[in-house]
Amino acid sequence: MSLSRRLFISATVVTALAIASGTGCKSKSDEIVVGAYLSLSGPDSTFGTDTREGVELALEEVNAAGGIKGKKVKVLYEDDKSTTQEATNKVQQLIDRDGAVAILGEVASSRSMAGGLVCNKKKVPMVTPSSTAVEVTKGRDYVFRVCFTDAQQGDVAARFVHDTLKKTKVAVLYVAQDTYSSGLAETFKASFTKLGGQIVVDKGYPKGETNFTTFLNDIKAQNPESIFVPVYYNDMVQIARQAKGAGIEGSAFVGGDGWDSSNLIEGAGDLLEGAYFTNHYAPDVPWQNSQTFVASFKKKTGHDPSSLSAQGYDAAKLLFDAMGRASEVTPQKIQEALAATKDFAGATGTLTIDKDHNANKPIVVVQVKNKKFAYSTQLLSQ
Amino acid sequence: MPSWLHQLIDALVTGVAQGAMIALVALGYSMVYGVLKLINFAHSEVFMLSAYLGLFAIMALGGEAHPFLAGVGGTLLAMFAAAIIGMTVERIGYRPLRKKGKGPLARVTPLVTALGVSVFLQNLAQLLFTAAPKPYPQLIPAGSSVALGSFHLAKSRLIIFVAAIVVMLLLNWIVKKTWFGKAMRALSSNEEAARLMGINTSRVISTTFALGSGLAALGAVLFCLDQSQATPTMGTKIGTYAFVAAVLGGIGNITGALLGGLLIGVLGEMLKLTSYSGGVEVIVFLVLIAVLLWRPAGLLGSTRAEKV
Repeated sequence: MSLSRRLFISATVVTALAIASGTGCKSKSDEIVVGAYLSLSGPDSTFGTDTREGVELALEEVNAAGGIKGKKVKVLYEDDKSTTQEATNKVQQLIDRDGAVAILGEVASSRSMAGGLVCNKKKVPMVTPSSTAVEVTKGRDYVFRVCFTDAQQGDVAARFVHDTLKKTKVAVLYVAQDTYSSGLAETFKASFTKLGGQIVVDKGYPKGETNFTTFLNDIKAQNPESIFVPVYYNDMVQIARQAKGAGIEGSAFVGGDGWDSSNLIEGAGDLLEGAYFTNHYAPDVPWQNSQTFVASFKKKTGHDPSSLSAQGYDAAKLLFDAMGRASEVTPQKIQEALAATKDFAGATGTLTIDKDHNANKPIVVVQVKNKKFAYSTQLLSQ
Repeated sequence: MPSWLHQLIDALVTGVAQGAMIALVALGYSMVYGVLKLINFAHSEVFMLSAYLGLFAIMALGGEAHPFLAGVGGTLLAMFAAAIIGMTVERIGYRPLRKKGKGPLARVTPLVTALGVSVFLQNLAQLLFTAAPKPYPQLIPAGSSVALGSFHLAKSRLIIFVAAIVVMLLLNWIVKKTWFGKAMRALSSNEEAARLMGINTSRVISTTFALGSGLAALGAVLFCLDQSQATPTMGTKIGTYAFVAAVLGGIGNITGALLGGLLIGVLGEMLKLTSYSGGVEVIVFLVLIAVLLWRPAGLLGSTRAEKV
């Protein structure tokens, strides 16, 4: 093929694509376009797919009820492949190319920070369903969240261990290079010592570690009453298995929302009998809204929702609610409506957006019982 | 006995077992480098794939219902399958390049292919098995141990260590005493001359890949039975450690791989007792740099031609 002919063909293809994307994706006047960037592939793909299931349910409900201000809502999904670079790119695309009036995403705090930076610069509101790092919303007028922060969660976990479980000698084991894990460990330690408790072992481990025997022997030697392990579920499965080898009872462990996965039950459900963790939600939480959500979710998908799905649902619901409250559907007005949110009844509790754009809402404590997650109690964040 | 001494010996035992496992993987890097002067980056992904294959084989053989049969049978099946994967990777990825490339880039091209194969296998595993970790059945019940005086040595650790030592003795015998070992060493010192002497070099290279991959599979299954679950990204970390162990001990040297593995394993566990536990990797790599500055060929590496 000659060069000129090749050039001609590629030019034609590019033009065709440009036209197709221009007509296909730009918001039509009878549609409101919302962009969602999620990790739909890569190591965190379950984060993305779970969240999408929740968003889809919220979308179905809002459109079945006639949409917003007479217009149908459309959610465009973009896959950031579990990387921060792609998160930045995809958010830019969603705003510039697709003309999204608001953005939903991400789960991992690092990617929400990247996407949030773009949204804030372009003055398009973003609601993250599950990013708990404090920095995600800090100083960013256009970024909101529907979940609690690590600071709130660490504090609640400390109060739960000290006041409810009445334990005063605690060991802490966490991932040293992970913002989520070390951040949660820091706030827990600060709150726990302030309450008068004592941290007897304080161990960080490198990311990806799989051999915990030495840490667990060390912890066992100090004989703590409780062990706070704010790590993700895959690490926790291994820790629980090796803890038995070291002679530590599984019920001594307390964790954070990173534990929330059916994989934890599958891999170490029997070993962790009696352990607690703080979470956004539990399938059997006694809130009317949660029960309605669980029922319709099950009807749509055929399985129980994970907490990520519940939060994806809440993030989308809150956004749609704010769009309805806004005087007109523009990024600026939606932002104002989101900031004014008060007592919004979501599936993960009733929440109020505070001046830092964080959600004030109850935190649930879940217990591992008979190889299942069971609701134990709820504490208000302070 | 004071408790700190008890803890120290505990950490030492754990470190030795961990090191033996790293050494099993390191051998694969070392042997391939010995014959081909190629760093086979795909080796860590063969390790990961064999963890999955081992899991499926163990489940097919009855899992926790027949722990002994499933454990031994599953491991052997995984080793066999890994050997085939290793040979296939060599056949498709490296052999065509070796036949074509004799130019100045003959060393670089296969290296890039190795990286490509590694990325390919990792992503393939993510597609096939999903990113969610798959827990291994507990064939060796957690907490079962052998009493050794006042010590309780976890059974899984003991099995890892014994298996690694037996395999390494066997390998040493193969390399030193058998015809295949001789051919391997001949190939390592001069490929052209080996071929002229009537050695089927392609077959020897293939067998080297099979052997290395089989050892990685043994390491993978033992690793998962002891402490882990299979994930598509598990190869990266252990692969890095194993590669470092191979270089530290002197790449191309079998005893060196064992020594390097043990050193890294024990050092890692000892550091966990200190307050620098989060920075294990930083210190391990500092040690690597220090050793290489002192002995550029690694602890047991020689600058002589023969390296297997």
